[in-house]
Amino acid sequence: MAPLGSRATGGSTEMLRFATAGSVDDGKSTLIGRLLLETKQIFEDQLEAVERTSRDKGFDYTNLALLTDGLRAEREQGITIDVAYRYFATPRRKFIIADTPGHVQYTRNMVTGASTADLALVLIDARKGVLEQSRRHAVIASLLQVKHLVLCVNKMDLVDFDEGRYDEICAEFVDFAAKLDIDDLTFIPISALLGDNVVQHSHNTPWYEGPTLLHHLEHVYIGSDRNLIDARFPVQYVIRPMSHEHHDYRGYAGEVASGIFRPGDEVVVLPTGFSTTIAGIDEYGGPIPEAFPPMSVSIRLADDLDVSRGDMLCRPNNMPTVTQDVDAMICWFSERPLRVGGTYLIKHTTRTARVRVQQLNYRLDVNTLHRDESHGSLAMNDMGRIGLRAAVPLFVDEYRRNRRTGSFILVDEATFETVGAGMVLGSAP
Amino acid sequence: MTTQLTHLEALEAEAIHIIREVAAEFEKPVMLFSGGKDSAVMLRLAEKAFWPARIPFPVMHVDTGHNFDEVYDYRDRRVAELGIQLVVASVQDSIDQGRVVEETGPRASRNRLQTVTLLDAIAEHGFDAVFGGGRRDEEKARAKERVFSFRDDFGQWDPKNQRPELWNLYNGKHRKGEHIRVFPLSNWTELDIWQYVADDDVELPSIYYAHRRKVFRRDGMLLAVTPYITLMDGEEPEELQVRFRTVGDASCTGAVESSAATVEQVIQEVAASRLTERGATRADDRISEAGMEDRKREGYF
Ligand SMILES: Nc1nc2c(ncn2[C@@H]2O[C@H](COP(=O)(O)OP(=O)(O)O)[C@@H](O)[C@H]2O)c(=O)[nH]1
Repeated sequence: MAPLGSRATGGSTEMLRFATAGSVDDGKSTLIGRLLLETKQIFEDQLEAVERTSRDKGFDYTNLALLTDGLRAEREQGITIDVAYRYFATPRRKFIIADTPGHVQYTRNMVTGASTADLALVLIDARKGVLEQSRRHAVIASLLQVKHLVLCVNKMDLVDFDEGRYDEICAEFVDFAAKLDIDDLTFIPISALLGDNVVQHSHNTPWYEGPTLLHHLEHVYIGSDRNLIDARFPVQYVIRPMSHEHHDYRGYAGEVASGIFRPGDEVVVLPTGFSTTIAGIDEYGGPIPEAFPPMSVSIRLADDLDVSRGDMLCRPNNMPTVTQDVDAMICWFSERPLRVGGTYLIKHTTRTARVRVQQLNYRLDVNTLHRDESHGSLAMNDMGRIGLRAAVPLFVDEYRRNRRTGSFILVDEATFETVGAGMVLGSAP
Repeated sequence: MTTQLTHLEALEAEAIHIIREVAAEFEKPVMLFSGGKDSAVMLRLAEKAFWPARIPFPVMHVDTGHNFDEVYDYRDRRVAELGIQLVVASVQDSIDQGRVVEETGPRASRNRLQTVTLLDAIAEHGFDAVFGGGRRDEEKARAKERVFSFRDDFGQWDPKNQRPELWNLYNGKHRKGEHIRVFPLSNWTELDIWQYVADDDVELPSIYYAHRRKVFRRDGMLLAVTPYITLMDGEEPEELQVRFRTVGDASCTGAVESSAATVEQVIQEVAASRLTERGATRADDRISEAGMEDRKREGYF
């Protein structure tokens, strides 16, 4: 058993999750292949397989993109269909890449990848400049509150590493990004194929003084991205040992959604509204002095209250909005369009409930940010603003402020498909 | 005090969240436990998730009957320590009942037969959630697998029709007869597993560490000399110092020459390794580029 309160030591590196997006052929797979190769994540047998396939297909050079094509249908069609997760590490950080395919119809993949990302990396082909799809990727990253956006202007080798061309693309993008909610925007001129400014500084871009891509990924500060202010603890599971040794133990297990909890804190239990204090917070083996996101812990309360899954602990002077009417942005995933008046299951924190779609305010054009109020429904890959009425109260915060208590999914009651992903704007009027 | 988790702590927290979510939402979960390092870590995480209570579901071993004794010993010891129920789904029983036909010849392996045994056991016990120790970094087809991975009533996986998975919200809805495979270690790499084993003192079967063993060379791999495998002409047994990087059917799991006798030494070796663990040591994964995808579609782990 680990000593009480002790934490793992060996891997004392941080984790950074990022999503990659780009239009088809902008070089996303090549870039990921290069990052993996240069950080020595590619094993000889993998590289040999890719070299063999490249030769068999008659390519002039080893196609690093093949390192990441997973499923047979993808290899056959030569495109990436689904989000894939990839891993690499440097001594500073462990990275999780959500590699999201960039076809027109796959907004849902980008939304999925961005939902867990600290950073989004968007590729632009230097010859083509800022395309409609590049704009869409930036819009989605901003809607999903990905705090850091990196724009890689790729294929610089094909424009002779021209500073003017690079500046032009950056300027155009900055103009557009001004309309978005992006805290941190970084531009890097690269050649994924040749490796310029990916891991090594390029001699071809003496005019560029910024970091290489890898250096930026290793150093970008993400420590303040989490919400450590608003204490929210959705109860996930009740631990009751039913053993002689721990006869009276009752722990409320869950993941800290936001804020910091400490023993002695006064807390309110929603929805009942009873207040009590935290008697102790446990991890395996015993009590710990505090819990912050995204720790999975178990909280003991001073009073015997009726608390179960789906309830939430918070602080008396800082509570989420308790409401049955939710105003939200939604991204629609299903081939069956969103039905106004239709009912769905909502999964929000650890609560699952029925909801009815009361109204569709507008459909958002993710390329232009235009709001189309004449639309009667949302089709697959559409985004729009809706009003929901839930059968039970939900404990929500605005997604901008709290990714955990501001996000939800909708599930079709008949097919059990995940049909939508929602971000709370507030409580509907 | 810092409010930042290390990457291993973050991975641990995520896995515990996933395991608890299943315990809360499913009626009859089961955790696959082969005695391999991934399932050893997964079981350890389950132990932590419910402490001080017992793990509220059984574990299941799909047993080819071709396992190393050290692995059986380890399995039984862990199950006893945790006071949980062990379900053994036996490939031998499936063969005896005529559900599958044993492969023949010197390259015969029971690896592929496991799928039928696994699916039969899931149906027989009515398990609705099955935890597996699969990692996305293991293999290309796995890189696209969801944490909650839906299986139809034939136990099949449809990689082109997966539910999108966002934030930490998992959709486990299914009908009777269907089930969900759950992968709490999705985001772990081989190195993460070993670092966790070191940091947390996770016990593993002794065959993961260097020991002397009679082996022979086949297809560039070192296979153990066991009663379950027939040597072909020209294959000479020799005694070498080896360890295993994965634990599976003894007939198709290769050893690597190694002097790494402690977890720290293993970590150094893994970090310096130039071959994937499956590429180096799993004959079953060398079948074809799409081998794993095909087996996963059928319902494999
Ligand atoms: N010249 C040049 N070609 C590149 C570069 N990056 C990618 N490519 C090529 O562009 C094509 C598409 O790249 P790929 O990585 O498959 O694009 P994806 O569809 O975004 O994944 C391939 O032929 C790559 O070799 C680059 O930096 N320079």
